[in-house]
Amino acid sequence: MTDTTQTTQQPDAADILLSVRGLSKQFSTGSGPVKAVEDISFDVRRGQIVGIVGESGSGKTTAGRCLLRLVEPSSGEAIFDGVDLFSLPEKALRAYRRRLQIIFQDPYSSLNPRMRVRDIIGEAIDTHGLAKGAARQARIEELLTRVGLSPEHARRYPNEFSGGQRQRVGIARALAVEPELIIADEPVSALDVSVQAQVLNLIQELQRELGLTMIFISHDLTVVEYLCDEIVVLYLGRIMEQGPARSVYANPRHPYTRALLATAPVPDPTVRRERVILQGDIPSPLNPPSGCVFRTRCPHAIAACAETVPTRETVGSGHSVACIRQAELVETYQD
Amino acid sequence: MAMSTPNAGNHPDALADDIVLRADNLRTHFIMGARAAKSVDGVTLTVRRGQTLAVVGESGSGKSVTSLSIMRLLAHPGRIVGGRLLYRMRDGGVVDLATLSDKRMRAIRGKEIAMIFQEPMTSLNPLYTVGDQIMEMIRLHEPVDRHEARTRARRMLELVEIPAPDKRLDQYPHEMSGGMRQRVMIALALACNPALLIADEPTTALDVTIQAQILDLMRRLQREIGMSILFVTHNLGVVAEIAHEVAVMYAGRVVEQAPVHDLFARPRHPYTKGLLACIPDAKRDRADDGTRKMLNPIPGSVPSVLALPAGCAFAPRCPLAEPHCETAPPELLNASPEHLTRCWRHELL
Repeated sequence: MTDTTQTTQQPDAADILLSVRGLSKQFSTGSGPVKAVEDISFDVRRGQIVGIVGESGSGKTTAGRCLLRLVEPSSGEAIFDGVDLFSLPEKALRAYRRRLQIIFQDPYSSLNPRMRVRDIIGEAIDTHGLAKGAARQARIEELLTRVGLSPEHARRYPNEFSGGQRQRVGIARALAVEPELIIADEPVSALDVSVQAQVLNLIQELQRELGLTMIFISHDLTVVEYLCDEIVVLYLGRIMEQGPARSVYANPRHPYTRALLATAPVPDPTVRRERVILQGDIPSPLNPPSGCVFRTRCPHAIAACAETVPTRETVGSGHSVACIRQAELVETYQD
Repeated sequence: MAMSTPNAGNHPDALADDIVLRADNLRTHFIMGARAAKSVDGVTLTVRRGQTLAVVGESGSGKSVTSLSIMRLLAHPGRIVGGRLLYRMRDGGVVDLATLSDKRMRAIRGKEIAMIFQEPMTSLNPLYTVGDQIMEMIRLHEPVDRHEARTRARRMLELVEIPAPDKRLDQYPHEMSGGMRQRVMIALALACNPALLIADEPTTALDVTIQAQILDLMRRLQREIGMSILFVTHNLGVVAEIAHEVAVMYAGRVVEQAPVHDLFARPRHPYTKGLLACIPDAKRDRADDGTRKMLNPIPGSVPSVLALPAGCAFAPRCPLAEPHCETAPPELLNASPEHLTRCWRHELL
């Protein structure tokens, strides 16, 4: 195994902990099938944080849940340490469940209100038979300390904690089974900014000290720019653009990414940005546009955009864009 | 305790010509037996004519209770227990909303002051069409017949840029997207041409691309109609986009009010400074090689409104606090003529 690394490194197969290929998920509804996620592929390298960003209906939460098979994917592969998680039988999957954990957005609904913190964390330890008796007790205390709580908190119930503290309990529960990959679904979105900063610092400490790999699902572009090494931009279940976060933020090449970045509010009244305000609403996933799903709101759409689903084109090292006009549009971006 | 009100005129009821609303030491408590949750406990702020005042704060800061106090829509056991809410009517008269009768208040709501909320679904009636709700608002305040009310309702939908307004008038709220419903809320709020619009987290539940549309719409309407806006939010990014002035709330008090550029350029309260420092900013918080630096969170947590500290409520978390801060609640001081702060040590910032 190679060392975990920081941001600038050449892709190396041995570095890749999770490789997602062609992930699709269709839900059948009373009004017909919904393609929540359609043909998503990306790699997650060891020790990195990959951000998945998108608005409502982008499929970011469904994609995360498919990787853990909390939602069964319709097709595709997720090669984790050499094994396809999607084709594992239920029994064999259990061993992998320990290695991949999830942290949820809402620390209010994701912790059982009738269980004490020590039982919430202990349950994860017991399920995988990791420690017993005094060792189990010591492990729970160690985890609480590790996430910035104190051993005395073990006796308490979730409702005795603030939102930030609950999210720390959720993180401790995820860490209890010593996972290699954590999928964090909007873990700081429900928190006030001052508390959000505390939790973001905790996530980074854990990532560095435990060598954790993380998929960070978020709608907050400011947080993702700061925290993530790689970024995947989703719209209506499809990848619009992906690549190293620095490259995508410095040089966004998809009209949707550009619009997202232009509309995300920044706390600086002197910033007067190029306003790319998208007209209209996100279309219903029940009836997505033909060709490029973004074309109905795209300021640059032409007739051809309705004809074909754009393929990914590489525009830089590890940076790719799904837009048939990306090459000609790049000139219009230089203001 | 005597409160200083640096921007107040000499006469207690005086309101400078360019001011639409001034809260003076507003106190709204929720009284439960012997205990009082002091959700708002000394709010002093000023909304200027044709401008947007953003009221920003975290959960429990009292920002929503402040706006509900102005509208006099407090739920039991909430009660205004002190202070004044001076409001300039469109006819020029000044009233104190804190003590106005319920009957006079009903005439003011919707007509003089209107409000929009975070989640339009909870404030629109699901059983009536959008058109019926706007028409009802118009006919409540103005003597017009159904036909004219419908014409005006249609005009309101056009004003808020809702496509196919004739069709939309006959639709129910659930048939619309979140962004469209917020436009309907705005149309409803503006139907009787209020002088002051109170917007409580109006874009918080929306996606960023839709949020940008709504903020754009509100700015345009303000330019065209000239209304004043009190915009309640937790998001400093949104504040930077929409506000002329900003009031920062902490633990039931306004701790700082200033023009938006002054506030972001040089916050004069340690809490504001701390808030700005802990929002991630890749340009500041990542080194040239991409390595992340740790963020600077504000240590500790917000005090309970049931047990506020005796002195400055922020002192237990404040890097500048000295013993004096823990015993004496700071008055609202002028850091500069237009910049108010509730910090004894603001000169150090």
